[in-house]
Amino acid sequence: MNIFVILKRTFDTEEKISVSNNKISEDSAEFIINPYDEYAIEEAITLKDAHGGTVTVVTVGDEDSEKELRTALAMGADQAVLISNEDLDSQDQFTTSSVLAAYFKDKEYDIILGGNVAIDNGTGQVGPRLAELLDIPHVTTITKIEINGTTVNIERDVEGDLEKIETSLPLLVTAQQGLNEPRYPSLPGIMKAKKKPLETLELDDLDIDEDEVEAKTKTVEVYLPPKKEAGKILSGETPEQVKELVSLLRNEAKVI
Amino acid sequence: MAKKVLVLAESRDGALRNVSFEAIAAAKEISGGGEVFAVLCGDSVQSLATELIHYGADRVITAENEKLANYTPDGYFQTLKQIIDDESPEAIVFGHTSLGKDLSPRLAARLESGLISDVTGLEQAGENTVFTRPVYSGKAFEKKLISDGLVFVTIRPNNIAPLEKDESRSGDVTSVSVDIKDLRTIVKEVVRKASTGVDLAEAKIIVAGGRGVKSEDGFKPLQELADVLGAAVGASRGACDADYCDYSLQIGQTGKVVTPDLYIACGISGAIQHLAGMSNSKVIVAINKDPEASIFSVADYGIVGDLFEVVPLLTEEFKKVLV
Ligand SMILES: Cc1cc2nc3c(=O)[nH]c(=O)nc-3n(C[C@H](O)[C@H](O)[C@H](O)COP(=O)(O)OP(=O)(O)OC[C@H]3O[C@@H](n4cnc5c(N)ncnc54)[C@H](O)[C@@H]3O)c2cc1C
Ligand SMILES: Cc1cc2nc3c(=O)[nH]c(=O)nc-3n(C[C@H](O)[C@H](O)[C@H](O)COP(=O)(O)OP(=O)(O)OC[C@H]3O[C@@H](n4cnc5c(N)ncnc54)[C@H](O)[C@@H]3O)c2cc1C
Repeated sequence: MNIFVILKRTFDTEEKISVSNNKISEDSAEFIINPYDEYAIEEAITLKDAHGGTVTVVTVGDEDSEKELRTALAMGADQAVLISNEDLDSQDQFTTSSVLAAYFKDKEYDIILGGNVAIDNGTGQVGPRLAELLDIPHVTTITKIEINGTTVNIERDVEGDLEKIETSLPLLVTAQQGLNEPRYPSLPGIMKAKKKPLETLELDDLDIDEDEVEAKTKTVEVYLPPKKEAGKILSGETPEQVKELVSLLRNEAKVI
Repeated sequence: MAKKVLVLAESRDGALRNVSFEAIAAAKEISGGGEVFAVLCGDSVQSLATELIHYGADRVITAENEKLANYTPDGYFQTLKQIIDDESPEAIVFGHTSLGKDLSPRLAARLESGLISDVTGLEQAGENTVFTRPVYSGKAFEKKLISDGLVFVTIRPNNIAPLEKDESRSGDVTSVSVDIKDLRTIVKEVVRKASTGVDLAEAKIIVAGGRGVKSEDGFKPLQELADVLGAAVGASRGACDADYCDYSLQIGQTGKVVTPDLYIACGISGAIQHLAGMSNSKVIVAINKDPEASIFSVADYGIVGDLFEVVPLLTEEFKKVLV
């Protein structure tokens, strides 16, 4: 089976965030594989173990994204592709999915796995957009997948309800938390990853005209929310605190 | 410049979702005096159409088909595509719901348009509408506009105020028949887990429990408080993973994103993935026995203490003052 994972290198949002020049500052930021993409990688490896084939991880990013690709290879992916975005002046979800579609155009794929949402930009657009551009079905926020021949049975999370879906290959799915527990790269895995193939492609290699993938949206401002005044930590005996809280909620916050 | 705006309305259990009324209000603003029409899909939705007009839609198009009983990307895509081709709207507003998130990117790809997802506010700036949305798990915000072509957005529930309901408003309700071809994904079964009561995403008050609740029984005092306040009960991932409650109650990045007027967090530490789902709440109360817990950094009011002591006292106190 030809298994592909689309992976994004993201900011670790557990870290402190600061803004400079109308942009989230990258100085001292920590970067990670988008957590939902880790579920996608884990599932890809599990599918390969069950059905055979190869796992290819693909990202659109800058040269630093090699680090996240190597981590995916260390987890067990077979090969990686870095599509350089360094010639792009602007990039939004339209851009990213168009670039990925150009890459997949002449590939043979049975299944493409991605994350349900990137934790930094957080739109969840890239998966379904790519599926449409490739004219294949998609299923988002999956928590279970079973493949028999070309029939695929999936469970997905729909605002807490569970939906059972039947579909077929080729297919694009996006991973929700609960799909699996991603493995940590092992030491031998990390050693092997250094020798696994990692191909870098320029937009020219994919016959992409930059103007045609130019972003359709524009960010006019990025800002931190006004610093919230430190909350009021109540004091005194518990019953007094409770009385005070009820009174504050009614008279000061006026929410009850 | 006046725009013609399409709103996709959603229903659940035979009733319209509030986010659809909010989407109409957003569409009105985007339209700049142009026409706002709502689209309603399903197997039997005709009777819901007039309520959309009472909330401000100028007219409603219904598409009824047994293949639309359950949402599938293909069924809804084909329906919407047909209506968009007929009507040529200049802007489209969906709710940022499970359905909206799944369908909007696919449609945007076909329409070769931009899409601004998870909008929490909007304002006019000259010819353009500028949209605000949270980024970085809610730690920052960005303002965006569509620089080219169709304006397409999804709005986060409970952030944009709906218009006042006015039963004297009137408008046309027309129906279209759609020929739905091959569905590539089939819904075999829907296992309902979300409790019926108040929809978490739309609740005005939420009482949420975390791992600190310690057991399934530990949720009882929270439920009692919620009953007194007419609130919904929610949970952290920690509580769901420990089997104290069902995953359908989960709030956060992976669960529901909520913006109630009042959020009462009990025994929740305040991990970023949890905050991503609730930090926009208007007023946050934290009850936690650890004074260092990060939930206090987003709380407006905090009580450092044992939730099993604090929560029942709160219930009693509210009972007294709310009679
Ligand atoms: C130089 C630069 C300029 C940018 N300018 C803008 C801008 O002007 N406007 C704007 O909106 N954004 C901009 N971005 C952000 C970037 O375009 C988006 O983050 C990207 O399109 C993915 O969208 P998302 O974060 O919403 O991902 P989502 O759609 O939430 O991601 C869902 C899933 O899609 C897959 N995926 C997402 N991104 C990639 C990727 N790059 N490669 C492979 N798979 C991926 C992953 O599986 C991920 O889990 C810029 C980025 C760069 C590097
Ligand atoms: C990709 C990813 C996605 C995630 N998505 C989500 C998500 O959507 N939602 C989510 O919530 N989490 C999510 N998480 C998990 C998140 O990181 C935390 O692990 C989780 O939120 C912790 O839950 P908790 O606060 O209930 O538990 P804990 O962190 O264990 O906190 C329990 C708290 O209870 C307090 N406590 C204990 N006993 C009492 C008592 N008697 N009275 C008062 N206080 C008490 C403790 O002091 C502590 O602060 C995600 C994680 C990942 C990696």
